[in-house]
Amino acid sequence: MTVKKQGAEELLGLDKFTVDEEEPHIVIDKIICGKCKDKPCLVICPAMLYTMKDGEISFDYAGCLECGTCRVMCMQKGITKWTYPRGTFGVAYRYG
Amino acid sequence: MSDEDKFDAIIVGAGPAGSACAYLLAKEGKNVLVIERGESAGSKNVTGGRLYTYALELVEPGLHSQAPLERKVVHEQIMMLGDSSGVTIDYVDYSFKEDIPQSYTVLRAPFDEWFAGKAEEQGAMLASGIRVDDLIIKDNKVVGVKAGDDEMYADIIIAADGINSFMGQKAGLCGELTPHMVGVGVKEIIELPADTIQKRFNLATDEGTARVILGCTQGIQGGGFLYTNKDSISLGIVYSPESAAKQDKSIQEIFQDFKMHPAIYPLIEGGNTVEYGAHLVPESGLKGVPKKLYRDGFLLVGDAAGFCINTGTILRGLDLAIVSGIAAARAIISAQSSAEVGPNYVQELEKLNLTPTLKLFAGWPEITSIPRMASAYPQLANDALKFMFTVDGNVPEKMPKAMMKIARKHVSIGQLLADGWKGVTSI
Repeated sequence: MTVKKQGAEELLGLDKFTVDEEEPHIVIDKIICGKCKDKPCLVICPAMLYTMKDGEISFDYAGCLECGTCRVMCMQKGITKWTYPRGTFGVAYRYG
Repeated sequence: MSDEDKFDAIIVGAGPAGSACAYLLAKEGKNVLVIERGESAGSKNVTGGRLYTYALELVEPGLHSQAPLERKVVHEQIMMLGDSSGVTIDYVDYSFKEDIPQSYTVLRAPFDEWFAGKAEEQGAMLASGIRVDDLIIKDNKVVGVKAGDDEMYADIIIAADGINSFMGQKAGLCGELTPHMVGVGVKEIIELPADTIQKRFNLATDEGTARVILGCTQGIQGGGFLYTNKDSISLGIVYSPESAAKQDKSIQEIFQDFKMHPAIYPLIEGGNTVEYGAHLVPESGLKGVPKKLYRDGFLLVGDAAGFCINTGTILRGLDLAIVSGIAAARAIISAQSSAEVGPNYVQELEKLNLTPTLKLFAGWPEITSIPRMASAYPQLANDALKFMFTVDGNVPEKMPKAMMKIARKHVSIGQLLADGWKGVTSI
């Protein structure tokens, strides 16, 4: 296999994740997000975890790289909770 | 709570700042606990990356020779990309690899794990897989940390918890991060055989290349980087999220376009991407450093303190993290009372040259954030060189006229003067 253009999902598939099924570390309020005009999360998330589905923002915390970009860029405070995953959960870089 | 249950120091985060501090405190016989949220030290961290070696040598002379470092950087390169072209300045300096080499390329997962292990060898206790949730503050003094239902106490808490420093915020020293304070780094680790890397970059087995790249972000404020590791290449971009939010294309797709650029692809062709990472980078230099780096019972080190320098050619964060960890350890060791620790820390940061260097480069973020650096200037350089190398059988234009035309295509005289003025006044 050689280097090629890859989608975010494919790239995230290369990383090691331990998903915390009980407790999402990031939570959004779709009502606030619905009122947000700019929706910077759609372009700035390196993992492309914020997407539009049926006219509303959908977010999947499972592939989160824990960078904090969405937290910094969310001006309307649609992100109601942003913490790091609980200990041992989340991404585990093998190279970094 | 008896004194036996209490640590001399608790360090939150086993990155380079935390481990440097733990190493020196433990070596001095202090009872140190390092709490790391990742399953192992380094598992949450990403670098470009390169480590300037002097910092590790300040912890302990000779330490760098044991570290899992990648390649000694001898090629320092600046690349400017056009649509299907590129200008590369290659400064090669073999004195950079002599004696104690100036810098090494590095991968954080193995490096951080090794460094935390070194601190453990000195006697520090490492508790990984634990997320610290809160500080315990009594009578206006930070006295401990909470992790879930557990409470742990110490004379001093050192926040080495990185750029999203929740500890710094809870201590009231760090405000919310704002978009202009940060860059977002995204990168791929692309595996390639060592001899292929050596041939492509003209390297001996122990030598490496560090390259900064302009003109690869489709006009978004930011730039690219490429570092050669032993048998992989770290390729990525760092972008301003504020600038990225002003357009519609996902940053991930912009990065993929950069990867496939005709002047980049041949360097990574045949390789195999094995990891995709992202991390925030402090970008505002001295301006991003909190006004106060301590309060009673509490210190901020490394990225949590916003320590970074970006001059466009020099990117420093790892070394400053280690130096700040050393400064914190020295301050704690030399203090006669807890009230002395904070002021001692500030003095040590001066003595170790960290604060004076940050001050020297305080204006540089103004230059690296000039919007035309990301696109207009790199394109101008490519067009100018295209003119100088083009032969098509026609009578070429006179050089001064052609150059003026090229310059005007990309920038106005007013912009050129404004950027020049900004450059001069910022430096």
